Amino acid sequence: MGIQANPHKTTGFLGWIDDRFPLTKMWKDHISEYYAPKNFNFWYYFGGLAMLVLVNQLLTGIFLTMHYKPDATLAFGSVEYIMRDVPWGDLIRYMHSTGASAFFVVVYLHMFRALLYGSYRKPRELIWIFGCLIYVALMAEAFMGYVLPWGQMSYWGAQVIISLFGAIPVIGPDLVVWIQGDYVPSDATLNRLFSLHVVAVPFVLVGLVVAHIMALHEVGSNNPDGIEIKENKDENGIPKDGIPFHPYYTVKDIMGAVFFMILFSVVVFFVPEGGGYFIEAPNFVEANPSVTPDHIAPVWYFAHFYAMLRAVPDKLLGVIVMFGAVFILFAMPWLDRSDAKSIRYKGTPYKVSLALFTAACLLLFKLGTEPTTASKIIQARVGTIIYFAFFISLPWVSRMGTQKPVPERLTDGH
Amino acid sequence: MSEATVDGVDAGKRRFLTLATTVVGGAGAAMVAVPFLSSMAPSQRAKALGAPVTADISKVEDGARVTYVWRGSPVWIVKRTPDMLGTLSQLTGEVADPDSQQPQQPEYITGAERAIKPEVLVMIGRCTHLGCSPLFRPDADAADVPGEWLGGFFCPCHGSKFDISGRVYKGVPAPTNLVVPPHRYADENTIVIGEDPTDTGAA
Repeated sequence: MGIQANPHKTTGFLGWIDDRFPLTKMWKDHISEYYAPKNFNFWYYFGGLAMLVLVNQLLTGIFLTMHYKPDATLAFGSVEYIMRDVPWGDLIRYMHSTGASAFFVVVYLHMFRALLYGSYRKPRELIWIFGCLIYVALMAEAFMGYVLPWGQMSYWGAQVIISLFGAIPVIGPDLVVWIQGDYVPSDATLNRLFSLHVVAVPFVLVGLVVAHIMALHEVGSNNPDGIEIKENKDENGIPKDGIPFHPYYTVKDIMGAVFFMILFSVVVFFVPEGGGYFIEAPNFVEANPSVTPDHIAPVWYFAHFYAMLRAVPDKLLGVIVMFGAVFILFAMPWLDRSDAKSIRYKGTPYKVSLALFTAACLLLFKLGTEPTTASKIIQARVGTIIYFAFFISLPWVSRMGTQKPVPERLTDGH
Repeated sequence: MSEATVDGVDAGKRRFLTLATTVVGGAGAAMVAVPFLSSMAPSQRAKALGAPVTADISKVEDGARVTYVWRGSPVWIVKRTPDMLGTLSQLTGEVADPDSQQPQQPEYITGAERAIKPEVLVMIGRCTHLGCSPLFRPDADAADVPGEWLGGFFCPCHGSKFDISGRVYKGVPAPTNLVVPPHRYADENTIVIGEDPTDTGAA
């Protein structure tokens, strides 16, 4: 019982450390003797890549903070100063702004992987919930970061997002004033969003990532077959279908990271604004509280929620739908009631439902970045209904059709 | 305490002390939160920046709009033409609150015109949905406004539509008419935004 100092009985200098700090134990528990299923495929790159992008954001963010001024009269100019006068400042800023979009690319693919292989199912509910909390924190972080350059999109984005809280009955209007620290978005708002973006939320994010990984290593990784490899162990207590994370998956992830960094560099070097999807054109105009840009749209990674908000012709209901779209994700482990975890062994109705859901998300992403027309509002309503129908129908759909028997051992990966 | 003492530990006393410490500590933590949360409310400086704004409308052409900034929000002044005012009665069935029943204006502003002088509209240019500043689209059938259009204000953010009196159309995200700020005429062509007609400028 309790903590045993130096369980691996190391000696020498390492032994001196291990008697006082669990260095070898941590290395073995989490890296060299963490047994992961041997059949991880392409979809398993994105968790590691998300950590890589997080490091990129923290590192570039520290250096941007050295030059940026969180003051409504100076902020826009200080960003242009970083772009023009700070040596390599444009590269560091574009790494940070492109990193924000890259973060959402890898996180959305990482979440989709979980939907494919049932990685949220028992006993991994807490991994999924920590993951959803990371997603919420990430959205807050991205929104606040987008406000900091204090361009037109920064200002009006802040106006719209903070006003969402004004839809809450009774306390809404006072809450908005409290969040803004003023009666309209202003210097006070910019200054506090800077504080939260640079100090508070990064701490929360890193803490949640640690919790996410600790929960993962406690129960072990899922895999494309959705089988618990810990149920088939050899005489040494090692899963027969497991391989140690190091060197096998460290090498695999480094190879994925190199490929990712090549793509990332191409974007940073040649299309850092992402054709107006990563940094929108009106954000190169300084914030003007009396003129809203003619076409206002969020950055692409919020576009699906924005399309939902526009689809609902009621203020409170629109906001409920928008927040509901995020919070319904948390219920996923309890909505899916199929016998198999992985899509490989689930029935056809689930596959069709997931395909429709994916198509609806893509449609909403597209609509959210475009100006409204009557027909697009109808499309957005259809997309919103399909989005929610996926979750609400899941307890039944996941049990419909013929499910294939789940094998006892992994079917691929050698 | 009637509970038994085991190994010199009085379990009842220990439970009472733990509970009491938790309650006192919790109350202390809640009180410490007050200054932090209160510090985020508008500062004294922010509260002081609400002075009235004076607008000279003598040079505004018929059918044109000028924008002033009052308390950080855009305030529009539109010189409305008889044609513009004529659209108001046609839209009674299309708008959600045709007679300005909702308290979106001072009590001296009433009816469909929503103005002290019908030909001069004074209005806060913030959409009642999520606070974007709607676009001034005075012409009928403006290209970027979906549906039938007799002229008015169109919010580019979420597609809310308002007529030339700032009355909200039915079936759009915005819940209420645009807000008319308190204002008064100092003389025929001078409007003071932020003061009621009963305030005669003394202060």
